[in-house]
Amino acid sequence: MLQYFVRRIVTLFFTLVIASLVIFVSLEIIPGDPASYMLGINAQEDTLQALRQELGLDKPKLERYLEWVKGMLIGDFGVSYTYRAPVIEMVSDRLWVSLPLAVYALILSTLISLPVGIYAAANRGKISDLSVMGVTQIGIAVPNFWFAMLLVYLFAIILRWFSAGGFSGWEAGLFLGLKSLTLPAISLALPQASILARVMRSSLIDTLNEDFIKTARAKGLTQNQALIKHGIRNALIPVLTIIGLQFSFLMAGAIIIENVFFLPGLGRLIFQSIAQRDIIVVESVIMLLVFSVVIVTFLVDVAYVIVDPRLRSSIL
Amino acid sequence: MSLIQAKDLSLNIHNQKILNNLNFEANTGEILGIIGESGSGKSMTANSIIQLLPHGASLRGEIIFDNKNLLNISEDKMCNIRGKDIGFIFQEPMTALNPLKNIGDQVSEVIKLHSNITLKDSVKMAAKVLQRVGLPQEKFPLTRYPFELSGGQRQRVVIAMAIAIKPKLLIADEPSTALDVTTQAKLIQLLKKLVSEDDLCLIMITHDLAVIAEMADKIIIMKEGEIIESGSINILKKGLKSVYSKTLFAASDYKSKNINKISSDKTLLEVKNVSRDYSDNSISFFKSKKIFKAVNNVSFNINYNENVGLVGESGCGKSTITRAILGLDPISQGKITLEADEIKAENVDNEIRKKIQVVFQDPFGSFNPRHNVFKLVSEPLFLQKEKVKEKEKYELVEGLLLRVGLKASDSKKYIHEFSGGQRQRIAIARSLIVKPKLIILDEAVSALDVSIRAQILDLLVELSENFGLSYLFISHDLSLVQSITTKVLVMKSGEIVEAGETADVFKFPKHEYTKTLLDSSPNLQKALKKL
Amino acid sequence: MFSFKFKNKKKNNLSLSFWVGLLFVFIVFLLALISFIWTPYDVTSLVISERFKGPSFSHVLGTDHFGRDILSMIMVGAQTSIAVALVAVGIGIFFGLPLGMIAAAKRGTFFDDLVMRFNDLIFAFPALIIAILITAILGPGAFNAIIAIGIFNIPVFARVARGAALTQWSKEYILAAKVSGKGTFLISIEHIIPNILNLLIVQATIQFSLGILAEAGLSYVGLGAQPPIPSLGRMLADSQTMISIAPHMAIFPGMVIVITVLGLNLIGDGLRDYFDPKLRGSS
Repeated sequence: MLQYFVRRIVTLFFTLVIASLVIFVSLEIIPGDPASYMLGINAQEDTLQALRQELGLDKPKLERYLEWVKGMLIGDFGVSYTYRAPVIEMVSDRLWVSLPLAVYALILSTLISLPVGIYAAANRGKISDLSVMGVTQIGIAVPNFWFAMLLVYLFAIILRWFSAGGFSGWEAGLFLGLKSLTLPAISLALPQASILARVMRSSLIDTLNEDFIKTARAKGLTQNQALIKHGIRNALIPVLTIIGLQFSFLMAGAIIIENVFFLPGLGRLIFQSIAQRDIIVVESVIMLLVFSVVIVTFLVDVAYVIVDPRLRSSIL
Repeated sequence: MSLIQAKDLSLNIHNQKILNNLNFEANTGEILGIIGESGSGKSMTANSIIQLLPHGASLRGEIIFDNKNLLNISEDKMCNIRGKDIGFIFQEPMTALNPLKNIGDQVSEVIKLHSNITLKDSVKMAAKVLQRVGLPQEKFPLTRYPFELSGGQRQRVVIAMAIAIKPKLLIADEPSTALDVTTQAKLIQLLKKLVSEDDLCLIMITHDLAVIAEMADKIIIMKEGEIIESGSINILKKGLKSVYSKTLFAASDYKSKNINKISSDKTLLEVKNVSRDYSDNSISFFKSKKIFKAVNNVSFNINYNENVGLVGESGCGKSTITRAILGLDPISQGKITLEADEIKAENVDNEIRKKIQVVFQDPFGSFNPRHNVFKLVSEPLFLQKEKVKEKEKYELVEGLLLRVGLKASDSKKYIHEFSGGQRQRIAIARSLIVKPKLIILDEAVSALDVSIRAQILDLLVELSENFGLSYLFISHDLSLVQSITTKVLVMKSGEIVEAGETADVFKFPKHEYTKTLLDSSPNLQKALKKL
Repeated sequence: MFSFKFKNKKKNNLSLSFWVGLLFVFIVFLLALISFIWTPYDVTSLVISERFKGPSFSHVLGTDHFGRDILSMIMVGAQTSIAVALVAVGIGIFFGLPLGMIAAAKRGTFFDDLVMRFNDLIFAFPALIIAILITAILGPGAFNAIIAIGIFNIPVFARVARGAALTQWSKEYILAAKVSGKGTFLISIEHIIPNILNLLIVQATIQFSLGILAEAGLSYVGLGAQPPIPSLGRMLADSQTMISIAPHMAIFPGMVIVITVLGLNLIGDGLRDYFDPKLRGSS
């Protein structure tokens, strides 16, 4: 077991190293000099030079890469070229919007989709199943930002239950904070919930066709007992994979949705930074997103081990 | 009054007739054998009794069990009967258990469900039941998961669940078909013991007449959803009436036409001191690599025009040997020589490949479903140095199809249009097209129904006589080997434990394992003598 | 509750939903094709006096904030969406299929491992992040959106091809081909690819529909096709601030996206069921 996790952590580490290299190298080849962006086109060559020196842009690339990585390890993401503020502060403010949004959406999506999927599988072939599947089919096809706009139109403009955008900040209280994230979370969650419900349904149907379900019925369990006691847990294994994958979709999707609702999250930050050639911020935000995806993948692997005894023993 | 009685039982699924007017009965303490080939409806009969049928099924008639007509009982009440009064054992032990729950939970579940006892007591009872079926606590604690058990052990767990609260009726649907013969023999013993100890009624469903003859009191022979013949087990001895039953009986007691060929003394294939090691593939920092010898120092010869049998249970290394001879997998030590050429997996010359062809077990998986029969059968012609013209190819393929008992026009069809037996004929045609000297028959008839199996064996015997072929006939079933080989090799755990003339080995087995194999394999004649 | 493995001898037909999907996709494709030679109005001419008009006889789907005809813009925008997604699928198949096939043929080797690790690496970057990264490097534009979406398609096809090919490699008919003297390359071409083609076609429709969604998302945040070329995503972005006065500006382009994606998904599901009735009812 220990060995398995050691191996997983080693791969996790290598993925992060390679990801950091990819990000660094690709952003190095971006045309445009941050220093001239910051000082404008009329700047003198020696002031530019001085600024480059101050930002460390004149150092060799390898040295800059190593410094960047070393900094991240101790929580120092460097200083924004544009705002001259520590990146870590800028990022952590925004992270407290984006991360709760993604998690909120993930929880919503899971809470909605699993019961729906189970219900559809239990009634498969019937009208109720077909209508649920029809709705999820449409749910998958709806772009989340468009759905978000429709939600704004309905709930903010017509019904006036929610504000059309903006974020109250967590200082204003948990309830208000959650309230301003609710419409964004719903619009993020809907397409994901549709996918998840379909996966849950088909996985459960596959499980219900297994021989051991027939064994359970032959023991005298009713349909629903067999489904609950023997079906669901077995069906959850592929569902876990999808939940893991969805987190990365949600983090990325959050970037777009933040635009619709004018939320001060990582998405807005990354677009601003690209426009201003604030490379160090772009690098850090992308690295952070990749890091969170890798961590979630790792957690999903841990969850597998908890659910499946076969896996548990094979890694002992 | 019988414990269970079916009256005019008919079953339709989506308006397709599955069962037609079945009438049978069975009493407490009795074993009723239902026999039939695939598609005979025997499993559906079992499923009808416990009322677990697919969507679109409609049952007519009566099933009187314990003075109740099961067809009129509500689903709720039926749930109380299943598992409590009627226990059920399935064919496939590998998939019949929930992989995520330990065996203690799975056995105690049925006990808890049908009796008013605490969870703790039900677990205690589960331990006792598992002990009864031969899984004592010391060796098989309740916390074991199914994947930690062998097929035979899993089937014991399934049996434990079926008999946990002493049902009146036990239904076993091909309970031993998926298992090795030695395991099968032990399971049959266990079932017989349980029937006599608990005074059960057992309905035993199988395709194997010998198994039925060994244990049943009464027998039903089914074909295409109807009962062809039924009565006391003695009808097997006294003589069956219907044509189908007679064919089935003859096929189950298959004796090939005497092989009418003299094998040469000259060696065709020599397998010398061959070993194959597998090492644990996972990279591990903490453990040293485990080496597993799949084949250990095996030597044998096959002469020209000679049929050799290779017998062993699953995992004995017979597939590894096959693959090595075909040059598909490398060997670790030793040497395999065909005529003058050594077979090395890395680089097998097409001229060598032409001399050895193969027929596989699976009539479904051994053909590319997207190629037509012409393309399938002519594929080995790729081995010919000189290109064969399309027209000649067609003549060759069509000639061979006729030769194996199919039609020339079949060459344009696709494989899904054929039955299992016809597919094996196509596989044989494919193996013959390059005029090989040796054909490896890798469980080539194991997946077929007995009557089809007899036909294919006849064909094989005839072909080997007319084409001067040598066979390496690989099988887990001793009786099959007996009928068409002159020499036999018995393999166990990667080693050949006994070798000799087939007749001698069968009459005077020397090795303990050969004796066990012979004793365990169901034998119709032996069983009939005991009646 | 559970079904037995019961062979249905009835010949397998394409489902109704497949035909509905085909109809949706056909309509959108047709509109996009017609727009090459004719649109009701010129999409580049701004007629401020006509702005914010709701649907009417002269403008079937209304006009936008510059007075441009929305139907015309949708027709031209659909062109971009379809082209971007289609080429991106092409990129995915062109690079992904050989990678997956070689990985499967050389299963268990270093190369196989390398391909799989490369896949994992790309999957660690959320698709949109890759797109943002690429457009940040190369600048926004339809061409770069194609590359961004296409790169993410490569590991998808590599993985699907590898997985499906592995199943085929383990079948006995492959052994029969080997015994017939055929090598890895010939077996891959003659036996493996024809047998995994179904899965690839289904995956291609799925990636196609995902590509349409991704293109819409990218152009919505300004990283897709640049003005004056109309694009569905940017039409939505433009409509956002005006949704209270001109909701039709948001509704129609969005519906076209939904219809296209829905149609493609229905086609994909229909094909999967048609190819493999065993999977009927699966997602």
